[in-house]
Amino acid sequence: MENSIEIKAEEINFYYGTKQALKNINLEIYEKQVTALIGPSGCGKSTFIRLLNRMNDLIPHTRVEGKIYFEGQNIFEENVDVVGLRRRVGMVFQKPNPFPKTIFENVSYGLEVNGIRDKKFIEEKVIESLNRAALWKEVKDRLHDSALGLSGGQQQRLCIARCLAVEPHVILFDEPCASLDPISTRSIEELILELKKYYTIVIVTHNMQQAARISDFTAFLYLGDLIEFGLTEKIFTVPKQKMTEEYLTGKFG
Amino acid sequence: MLREKLYKIIFSILALSSLLFLVGITIILFTEGLPIFHEAGVGAFIFGKSWYPTYDPPEFGILPLVAASFWVTLGALLVGVPLGVGSALFINELAGPKTKAILKPLIEILAAIPSIVFGFFGMVIVAPFLQKLLGIPTGLCAFTGSLILGIMALPTICSIAEDALSFVPKSFREASLALGANRWQTLTKVVIPAAGSGISTAIILGMSRAVGETMTVLMVTGGAAVIPHSFFVPVRPMTATIAAEMGEAVMGGAHYHALFAIGLILFLTTFFFNIIAEMVSRRFRIKLGLSG
Amino acid sequence: MKNKLTQHLGFLLLWVAIILALFFLGTIIYFVFVKGISIISWEFLTEVPRRGMTEGGVAPAIAGTLYLTMGAILFSLPLGLACAIYLCEYSPAGYVVNIIRMSINNLAGVPSVVFGLFGLAVFVKFFGFGVSILSGSLTLGIMVLPQIISASQEALIAVPQSYREASLALGATHWQTIKKMVLPSALPGILTGVILSIGRAAGETAPILFTAATFYTRGYPNSIFSEVMALPYHIYALMTEGTHPEKQTAIAYGCALILMLLVLLMSALAIFLRQRQRSFYGK
Repeated sequence: MENSIEIKAEEINFYYGTKQALKNINLEIYEKQVTALIGPSGCGKSTFIRLLNRMNDLIPHTRVEGKIYFEGQNIFEENVDVVGLRRRVGMVFQKPNPFPKTIFENVSYGLEVNGIRDKKFIEEKVIESLNRAALWKEVKDRLHDSALGLSGGQQQRLCIARCLAVEPHVILFDEPCASLDPISTRSIEELILELKKYYTIVIVTHNMQQAARISDFTAFLYLGDLIEFGLTEKIFTVPKQKMTEEYLTGKFG
Repeated sequence: MLREKLYKIIFSILALSSLLFLVGITIILFTEGLPIFHEAGVGAFIFGKSWYPTYDPPEFGILPLVAASFWVTLGALLVGVPLGVGSALFINELAGPKTKAILKPLIEILAAIPSIVFGFFGMVIVAPFLQKLLGIPTGLCAFTGSLILGIMALPTICSIAEDALSFVPKSFREASLALGANRWQTLTKVVIPAAGSGISTAIILGMSRAVGETMTVLMVTGGAAVIPHSFFVPVRPMTATIAAEMGEAVMGGAHYHALFAIGLILFLTTFFFNIIAEMVSRRFRIKLGLSG
Repeated sequence: MKNKLTQHLGFLLLWVAIILALFFLGTIIYFVFVKGISIISWEFLTEVPRRGMTEGGVAPAIAGTLYLTMGAILFSLPLGLACAIYLCEYSPAGYVVNIIRMSINNLAGVPSVVFGLFGLAVFVKFFGFGVSILSGSLTLGIMVLPQIISASQEALIAVPQSYREASLALGATHWQTIKKMVLPSALPGILTGVILSIGRAAGETAPILFTAATFYTRGYPNSIFSEVMALPYHIYALMTEGTHPEKQTAIAYGCALILMLLVLLMSALAIFLRQRQRSFYGK
């Protein structure tokens, strides 16, 4: 593997109050690769991914120990610019959540809050992002219609476009297809395979077949422990841990 | 990041304004009202039977005013509670969805009619009407005041009571009906008791509103500062007294302080009612398993 | 059998209650409308009173009510909205929220005449604004503050948390999220509070009795330090002062009708807005 490491998690422990949700996680996310986090419900995969852009800061009574290195710095240090971090590490959520604004405004929002005022630049960026998210053809005639009028799959692609507009380096997908039908799911998966040419991708999914289809690396978590991590094709064909094999063959989860 | 902290501080200061005003009102009432207790003595003020502030020497006994407020409020509740709670029960149990969709907003809109309109109406239509109907010397009396106040309070009581009733989970009703009870039994034995605290809150708040009402009673209750011996004599509740007499009271004089002291008593009374309503409504939410 | 009878009786009582309630309220509206409509004319709405309040129009009172109401909203909207934003978006520690919430609830229950006393002692006397639009507006503003805060809070809470998360995940700051995302979405709800407060402020008499209102002004107010005529006070004054009861009663009906229509319109508008906002988020 020639790809360099984009994000490195070291000895991560995470607590919701007194309950420990992540135990000594050590994980590398490789640049321009798709890393999937799989495991049964409650294993900590969503908790972990939300650490990468410090969205867990929003939840009260939580504590994190350990370090996560991104762009040469531990993101939990005192002087880290969290706002800037979130721009460079974007997130697409489980349930599509476009703003109650127009399609255009949804995509331009990220640019505006980051201080961009140049109208022409914004317009170009919106078109580019919608193209990259494979949504442009479907919405180019209704950019100024409400985003809430789009179908579930289209809304999720809009959220992806919104995220792309601020030019992140990493995109985090937290179970992005959980509320979508199979056809929309397929289109999102194809999109992710396209996107990995330009962005580092981390995806949480409870659908192992999805992980097998689209990811390069897979991490299997169970009850807060990282059981196994490695190349997807290795994990799915010759897993090293017994528990991994049992999960993959459906013995539990 | 510093700007963000600044915003948070600005907002927190502005948010405390409501607390500030409440405290401010309390302070003002105390500072402007307490002096009268010096002059007239606490006991003589609160329990004195003669309110003659403009005599020489003036008398500052507020018992007639308090009694008037008490009786008028009581009367208002006798009118407002049955009509208000009854209407709420109707809307909740007997009204179809279309009727409900019309009645609920309608009642809310009616709650907004200004008190001056009620007072005016009471004075020019109701009072003469009652005078003729009941053969009483004047229609401007406690009875008329109670009647009008009750009608004024009923939309408020109805709205709050109906909200309380609608909070009762459907499962309670269904369980009762499944056991063979009819709708009336379900209503009286299950739904109303479950919504009891909420309905009590509605009544207490209605009562608070009635006690605090000024213009209606000012125009309709007649204005005689005498302890009433029947419902059909003119009276002067506390609110009306302040409104009617502040204009003539000398700034900073004894009369002025006396009126502020009445204001203080009014304030403490409604404050007390509100605290009770708050406690009752909290118990209601806990009882039904809603968030506290 | 007995159960059925009780049920019929019980339900009958409920029917009586609702019919009586609607009847009483309907009678008031009917009378005010019928008697008031006959005196309403273009002249009535646009001219100043003449001949000792027995002829002419009530335009200064309408203007006064407008100024007082606008002033009240100008004062209470920023303050109330800021308070709601603090409570909902900055989520302070539990006890602070409770204290503020209790203050708001208690402020909402204070009798209107007590606000008048407060306004008299503080704005008219202590600050020396005198009996004026300024004093009256400030007093009315404090009175409607709880209403603005409540409506704004409801509107802010209704904005789904997922929107805030999405905004923050894009690299927006907390304040940017509030300004560009939450507030625009909450606008209809906030507007509802403002509209209801307009209705309330316009109709109240006791708070302006000692702080702003007067029976007669020569023409229109020329500064915020002038005293004003106002519709609710005008009704009261017409009925308790002056020397021509029939004519004055007729004028009072006209004022009552204007006031009532204004308030009912505001109320209906607010409820309509609220229904529309609910169905929007119900999607």
